[in-house]
Amino acid sequence: MIPATHILAVGAALFCLGLFALLSRRNAVAVFMGIELMLNAANLNFVAFNQARPEALDGQVAAVFVIMLAAAEFAVALALILSLHQMFHCVHLDEADEMKG
Amino acid sequence: MTPFQLVKPEELAYLLPELILVGTLIWSLLLELILRPRQSRFPVAGFTLLGLLAAAVADLRLLGEPARTLFSGMIVRDDFAIIFQLLAAFAAGLVVFASIWTREVSDQPTAGQGEYYLLILGATIGMFFLVAAQNLLMLYLSMELLSLPSYLLVAWPKRSRPATEAGIKYVVYGAGASCAMIYGISLLYGLSGSLELHDLNAYVAGLSDQTALPVATFLVALLLTLAGFLFKIAAFPLFQWAPDVYQGAPTPITAFLAVGSKAAGMGALLRFLYLGLCVRGSADLFTALGGLHWPMLIAVISALTMTAGNLIALAQTNAKRLLAYSSIAHAGYILMGIPLLSVAGLTAVIFYLAVYLVMNLGAFLSVIMLENQGLPPEIKNYRGLGARSPAIAIAFSVFLFSLTGIPPLGGFIGKFYLFAALIQGRLYWLAVVGVLNSVVSLYYYANIVRRMFLEKPLDETPVPASPMLRGLLAVLALITLALGLYWIPLYQLVEFAASTLGL
Repeated sequence: MIPATHILAVGAALFCLGLFALLSRRNAVAVFMGIELMLNAANLNFVAFNQARPEALDGQVAAVFVIMLAAAEFAVALALILSLHQMFHCVHLDEADEMKG
Repeated sequence: MTPFQLVKPEELAYLLPELILVGTLIWSLLLELILRPRQSRFPVAGFTLLGLLAAAVADLRLLGEPARTLFSGMIVRDDFAIIFQLLAAFAAGLVVFASIWTREVSDQPTAGQGEYYLLILGATIGMFFLVAAQNLLMLYLSMELLSLPSYLLVAWPKRSRPATEAGIKYVVYGAGASCAMIYGISLLYGLSGSLELHDLNAYVAGLSDQTALPVATFLVALLLTLAGFLFKIAAFPLFQWAPDVYQGAPTPITAFLAVGSKAAGMGALLRFLYLGLCVRGSADLFTALGGLHWPMLIAVISALTMTAGNLIALAQTNAKRLLAYSSIAHAGYILMGIPLLSVAGLTAVIFYLAVYLVMNLGAFLSVIMLENQGLPPEIKNYRGLGARSPAIAIAFSVFLFSLTGIPPLGGFIGKFYLFAALIQGRLYWLAVVGVLNSVVSLYYYANIVRRMFLEKPLDETPVPASPMLRGLLAVLALITLALGLYWIPLYQLVEFAASTLGL
């Protein structure tokens, strides 16, 4: 069995990569790919920590819920990105910055 | 870990308010489908209002009963949750009512008008579960149930550049904050071995015996989890989304986010901190666990939040943006009561939230009524309003003075209890910061009042208003005034609810 620490290290790396994408990308779709990476990092953590307590399933249940939620969140985000494309004719986040104050 | 068991029928009776809302949601969806080609605005909005009213009544009937945990500890029905659910239902009901007569909403294409109210109802169900959640996964899921419809509501006006910009900014910030939160929760789960707040509490109690690595991991996890809450209540350092989103969203939705979402987020934060990281001691005091100085962290966040909100608000020329910064500042005021770890502080927090709900909804309603008459929410458009529409101008002034905290209005009583609790809890520096901030805020609130009453109007034509909104505005202004003169019943109710937290 793969030790939990290895999985946690992969999770942490995924989270950092996702955060980097979130902060550095202009393209809205790429930003949401980063967010997906961060959510999957949390999923890996949930499943890895659940290994320590095989009699309970709460970690795995949490991971399933987060996967479902990621799908819902992405559906909403894609709808908004489509609307962004209609209004601003591109999917770059820094183009949509007209409100100031 | 309790073994899995099926839902017991007697538990469902305690879930009645949520069940009513879910039922209303399903039936209004059907209603919307049947009526779709024709006007579905009034029937769906009316049905939504009925559902919210029924849920509030069901909540009131459960008030005062002993706390009960449902679904293997997932959610708890105690008076603390009921008070916040009543606040959520009140906010959602007023927003729905105001939306029916808001031109910004009703001028949209008729097909799909009902969806707007469905989304508000969905977000309200999220708030209901959020304030009752006792399990970190439940808390996260209900927070998302509140967030996802909110993203869509913000971007709801079609073919509107500001609304689209606000929606995309909200969803990017929100998704980022929720990722940080779920990653933090996954670490908390790993450390404490459970998603329940009670088990987290037991883990934190033994934290001082742990080695450096678990303690450091715990602090990182705690900060990441707090990020989700701080985003929801628009507190430092995660408030930058608020002004843009509040400005671009349809005004009723701005009001919904500024009061409903903030109150529900605050309720969940209170439960997380007091149930997860505190023990209940004697003499109405809680004790922070494990040598963690999180109360100091919250106190610093509170001071920074109100200072940032008030200072940036000074430079605003757009009324919605100004109210956004004012709501950030108010998140700071409300947070002031949390580090006190006493029932007096907790009561002051919830009492202020209730008053804030009424006065802030009133302020946004004034903005909506002026927008309906073709006055965009730029403060320069409000000059001479005292002559053109005395009723709206006077009510608007009442709300603004109440937000500042001037007697004899509700906002003064709310601030009075907060500062009294701070003095009692010997957190003098935070009280000083709070008072200074209130003084600063007087400048920008009074500036709007000055423009309305002391400047000459550009044109003298009176500003009419729909009788429905006018009536609602009068009711809110009267409640604001009444809470400044006779607030004892509300205070006692809130104190009773606050004392049930953590029992």
